[in-house]
Amino acid sequence: MTSTMQPVPVPVVSRQAGMRERWTRRGPLLPALVFTIVLTQIPFLLTIFYSFQNWNLLNGTPRTFAGLDNFRSTVSDDVFWKSIWNTLVLTGVSTIACLALGLLLALTLQKRFPGRGVARTLAITPFFVMPVAVALFWRSAVFDPSFGILGWMTDLIGLGRVNWLSEQPMTAIILITAWRWTPFAMLVLLAGLQAMPDDQLEAAEVDGARWRQQFRYLMLPHLRPFIELSALLLSMNIIQTFGEIALLTAGGPAYATTNITYYVYLRAFNAFDFGTASAYGLVALVLTIALAMPALRLLSGIFQAEGRR
Amino acid sequence: MSTVEISRTATRSGRGTTGPGKPVQRRRDRDRASFGTAVLGWGGSLLLFSPVAYMLLKSFQTETDAASPTPKLIFTPTLEHYRGAFGQGFWAYAGNSIAVAVISTIIVLVLALPAAYSLSVRPIAKAQDVLFFFISTKMMPVAAGIVPIYIIAQELNLLNTLPLLIIMHLGLNLPLAVWMLRSFLQEIPIDILEAAAMDGASRTRTMWTIILPLIRPGLWSTALLCCVFSWNEYFYAVNLTTTTSTLPLFMQKFLSFGELYTAQVAAVATVVSIPVVILGWLCQRSLVRGLLFGAVK
Repeated sequence: MTSTMQPVPVPVVSRQAGMRERWTRRGPLLPALVFTIVLTQIPFLLTIFYSFQNWNLLNGTPRTFAGLDNFRSTVSDDVFWKSIWNTLVLTGVSTIACLALGLLLALTLQKRFPGRGVARTLAITPFFVMPVAVALFWRSAVFDPSFGILGWMTDLIGLGRVNWLSEQPMTAIILITAWRWTPFAMLVLLAGLQAMPDDQLEAAEVDGARWRQQFRYLMLPHLRPFIELSALLLSMNIIQTFGEIALLTAGGPAYATTNITYYVYLRAFNAFDFGTASAYGLVALVLTIALAMPALRLLSGIFQAEGRR
Repeated sequence: MSTVEISRTATRSGRGTTGPGKPVQRRRDRDRASFGTAVLGWGGSLLLFSPVAYMLLKSFQTETDAASPTPKLIFTPTLEHYRGAFGQGFWAYAGNSIAVAVISTIIVLVLALPAAYSLSVRPIAKAQDVLFFFISTKMMPVAAGIVPIYIIAQELNLLNTLPLLIIMHLGLNLPLAVWMLRSFLQEIPIDILEAAAMDGASRTRTMWTIILPLIRPGLWSTALLCCVFSWNEYFYAVNLTTTTSTLPLFMQKFLSFGELYTAQVAAVATVVSIPVVILGWLCQRSLVRGLLFGAVK
């Protein structure tokens, strides 16, 4: 790999030629970079601006400077705190479930057995099927108390027909979210297992290490960055869950499944209160940045390790 | 050319995984699953797939069968819901979905390939920082920007139009494509490019005749993955469009139909998912690369 990492040597001719050389190098990058900056940074700056504005489309008053009013009402809004809590529960529980199931599945699918390719292909399918379509199907065929298969199962084990979406709404959302993202965790951890250096396991085997010891002292330390990275990428994606909530519970009952993304949507497009919606959006951003920073650091660590190889 | 050959064999034997002899044999033995592991692997995969299988099953039932309180496994299959799936403006939404996915993906590739080139083959100074800027935008929550995007789109009269969705999907997929393509470009041995330069090939020519053919598989899987994400995107679609929109919004119409149309929903859900599931299966090999931003191969 080392030979591909070196830049093409640049013959130094003159200052001016060097300038031109730098710009011919930068040129191909600029369209994509400028586009990304415009599309992502401008809305973000405007969100900060709007969050200090009094701006509700429904009461018809002109937009005025609000100072910290939006943030003050954010802090005193019980639903807002509930939505933060829901976001943390949904993200935390689903991420852990995905990692546990993904690791188990990756450990088995890493071994060779008849039909492994087919099994892998089937296992990653939940990640591709259209989430909106699946949510609608689950709404009636899985979660509905009288027609759903889960209601039938709870009935079989004597719990009666549980109405999942009204009695256990968060569990239902976690269930469908974990189902969709487990294949992702599995793929990442499988890649990690396949990058495992062969000689170490071989040596361990020669030394007579048991499987459990191999797993504990060799695989787990090796997999650690992969587990961390997939945990962070999973949580960053799950924190943004929207479609499942919108279609299965509409954030209810009584805001029991309203996460921060869905609450921003409610404030902006149901209450048409763009000011507070922006303030909530900013809070969502701060939450995500808290997650994204370690993710970026970890990624750059793995990335540099790869480069050195 | 001989230097190229030598260096390639050198790197290959350096990796030490493909060489013949005993280690390979031993690895094969160790990699073989025990019966229990195989059962667990199959069981887990089938469990993950079962909701999809159940959806397929339901889509062939009559509504009466689908609404039975006990799940019916034996029934007379019917195609009536597949016939019904294409009504109610399905084709308009499907056309929009295809247009948005294809056009946004083409533009993404056109922008991302040169960018990836200047971040790998002939890297600019601070290439790492730029790369990390690209992913950091993927980590921004969509909710944080939606209000200004809505307002700007309203000002520009772009609400409820396909160009707006295309632009938003560009923002969604561009960072991903830059990272993926960069990781593919990174794998081209530098000697080949040097040999081309030595033979007097211009950069454009090198791009078309050497780089592009070498990364074609990578280009395809990047394109397929971008199409999948574009096809399934819901947040922008629901917030920025109403009638001129993509298939997730068509699906949403069935929300008001209620539980009596389970089989119909299953059939439509299957129809709209088939294209992306196939694309996903096709690009599963390089999927991890895309999802992990090329940090892992």
